[in-house]
Amino acid sequence: MSSIKIRTKRLNNTTQIRTLITHPMDNGRHKDKHGKLIPAHHIQQLWVKHNDELITTCEMGGSISKNPYFDFLLNGGAEGDNVNISWVDNLGHKDSKTHIIK
Amino acid sequence: MSKSRRKFIKQFFSITAYSLSLTTGLLRSSIAMAEWKKEKFQASSYKEIINKLYKNSIFTESRKIHFSRLPKVAENGALVPITVTSTLKNVAKISILVEKNPRPLIAEFYLSPSMAPHVSARFKMAKHSRVIVLVEAEGKFYKKSQYVKVTKGGCG
Repeated sequence: MSSIKIRTKRLNNTTQIRTLITHPMDNGRHKDKHGKLIPAHHIQQLWVKHNDELITTCEMGGSISKNPYFDFLLNGGAEGDNVNISWVDNLGHKDSKTHIIK
Repeated sequence: MSKSRRKFIKQFFSITAYSLSLTTGLLRSSIAMAEWKKEKFQASSYKEIINKLYKNSIFTESRKIHFSRLPKVAENGALVPITVTSTLKNVAKISILVEKNPRPLIAEFYLSPSMAPHVSARFKMAKHSRVIVLVEAEGKFYKKSQYVKVTKGGCG
């Protein structure tokens, strides 16, 4: 199952893109129950594409909350358009998902 | 031996040509897939970030940046919501910083011209601090901040 959930909503002249990603977002400062530091594991970059055109790049550190949520507002956007969201984390894991605006 | 060397040279040049074309392509686009910069997110003070990464640019306090959903008192420092909107034109970049976090820079959003200036996120806060949002629009820098109290810190 993909780690990315995408919801879009067409408003008057804009389209709201909401995304929720399943990711631990460990910043390397928390300790587990044995008192050992949990190594950093967080998303570094996130890309949002609309019909294969890059519309937003987001760079982040470990200070974004666990299971990050983002929303963006796209000018325009029509039924049947593609929205693709992909991310890469500091350990090199990646994921990507494409959503079609309804 | 000589054959493999020739092969190697050939490959080497084709790779460098490819990477060159990639980098020039990247330079053209402002929201390009640039490399994640460690020093930005590892920087440990707000001043350091302003000095080094924004080269002491002057940020003017702006009333055209609006926060919604950002609480005055955050109950859980591990999950503080923020929505940044703006009435500034041609917003290219929105950065969120928490002054007193061990790593102040939270996230940077590079927006293409087809995006409206509207961004939401959820972030962690260690203790009471100012939350600062920096906005770059038409080559000028703007900022807005709000003091947020934290009941329970969320930075380990």
